Amino acid sequence: MTGKPIPVANPDTAVFWDACNEKRFLIQSCKSCGENQFYPRAICKNCQSNDLEWQEVSGRGTVKTFTVVRHAPSPAFKADLPYVLALINLDEGVSTMMNVIECDVEDVHIGMDIELTFELRGEQYIPQAKPISKG
Amino acid sequence: MRKAIITGAYDTDVGELPGSSCMALHTEAAIGAIADAGLTKSDIDGVLCAYSFTEPHLMLSSVFCEYMGLQPKFNAAIEVGGATACVMVMQAAALVESGQCRNVLVVTGDNRLTGMAKGGAVATLAKVGHGQFEHPYGMSVPSAYALVATHYMNEFGVTSEQLASISVTAREHAILNSKAHRQTPITIEDVLNSRVISSPLHVLDCCLISDGGAAIVVSAAETGDDRPKVSVEIMGTGQGHTHEHIMAAPSLSDFGCKQAAQTAFQRAGVTANDIDVAEIYDSFTITLLVELESIGFFERGEAGPACLDGALKIGGRLPCNTHGGLMSYGHSGAAGGMFHVVEAVRQLRHEADGRQVEDSQLAFVHGDGGILSAHCSLVLGRV
Repeated sequence: MTGKPIPVANPDTAVFWDACNEKRFLIQSCKSCGENQFYPRAICKNCQSNDLEWQEVSGRGTVKTFTVVRHAPSPAFKADLPYVLALINLDEGVSTMMNVIECDVEDVHIGMDIELTFELRGEQYIPQAKPISKG
Repeated sequence: MRKAIITGAYDTDVGELPGSSCMALHTEAAIGAIADAGLTKSDIDGVLCAYSFTEPHLMLSSVFCEYMGLQPKFNAAIEVGGATACVMVMQAAALVESGQCRNVLVVTGDNRLTGMAKGGAVATLAKVGHGQFEHPYGMSVPSAYALVATHYMNEFGVTSEQLASISVTAREHAILNSKAHRQTPITIEDVLNSRVISSPLHVLDCCLISDGGAAIVVSAAETGDDRPKVSVEIMGTGQGHTHEHIMAAPSLSDFGCKQAAQTAFQRAGVTANDIDVAEIYDSFTITLLVELESIGFFERGEAGPACLDGALKIGGRLPCNTHGGLMSYGHSGAAGGMFHVVEAVRQLRHEADGRQVEDSQLAFVHGDGGILSAHCSLVLGRV
């Protein structure tokens, strides 16, 4: 038990979190206007259509911006200090928040290529970002 | 259309106030503002409250009215984070201009420093993050603003030294204001050497956590001609909203402050160049720098060098946060934003002893809620 927050799914997001437990990251694609969106919603935020379909992403993206956290927001994160909090642009054109893990915090930079990985939190896998492995 | 004027303004002591309570701070501020306007309790026909961390309630404005013995014709609580104070002033002006109220009390206060366990305010603030898509990653409000700072510094060449100069200027102003929470002199080196909270932001790039309360009274201009103090006209107001969660922000360079300020300037019939004194939400050094450029007080990339050069000091090109701001005067939740409003009133009345901007006629006030998410601007003028 880490004590770190575990996402609690709701009817908008249950499909997303179930897919994470299969180590798949899904976004919504609007069949009406073609827009991709994340996080999951009941409607398309662009055209308000509810004709949405789930689409699995490639798992690649880049660091849009980041910060090295050195003061934990709660005791549960103290053991992780310092850690990287980042906004990630996925190649499918949506933005998410993740930690960049499995690398030195000093190596993270804007524009850095990343790939998705999954971290077990309680009984829920949550998506995380890591540098693209070489070779 | 009727004109709305600020007739009364008051702020309580600010800082560490053991023995204070949320409602006691509210009532002290309210009684002070009503007296400052030369009114009595029975003149108040509208009440606007904000929110509280120490006494959270579904109906805070009703709790306040009951506590103080008020039975107004209009009563509501408003919650838009740090934009709340300005949004309340905008709403009070609309109530007065539409003829629904004659004297609206706008009141804020919280004892979030002494009334919560250590770290309680920071933990509560972090709830602006998304429960499923941000909280699991250990986001705090400082780290969310740090995401903006990293982007903005990378994109426009802003330096940590430039950001630090914003904090130093705020402290210099606080030293001129005997009520301010923090008055120990600091240097740019002190800021740069202070503990990093979330890179690139140091602890001295962050605002304070304080106890305190503040209130104003917004009145119809045609009411009463025997007011004890110089009145301040609410000349223009505007808002801008682009997102709530930082992961959903459409841009990390431009925010709703641009729209909010443009609307407020347009309604007031003035431009940024006409402003004599600015009181702008400064939760972090980066907050103020981004707002200064997005609003149009400085060209992109020019606010940092200008701040370092003293542009925000009293006597500078744009005297800003003349009371010391959230960085050094104090930050008591919604009252933090209201301190900016009260200071603007004091500057326009020419009663800001020791820190008066000479002959100030026009003031700009701005509030920012969330992670540069919700914005409200006010243009105020000396009548």
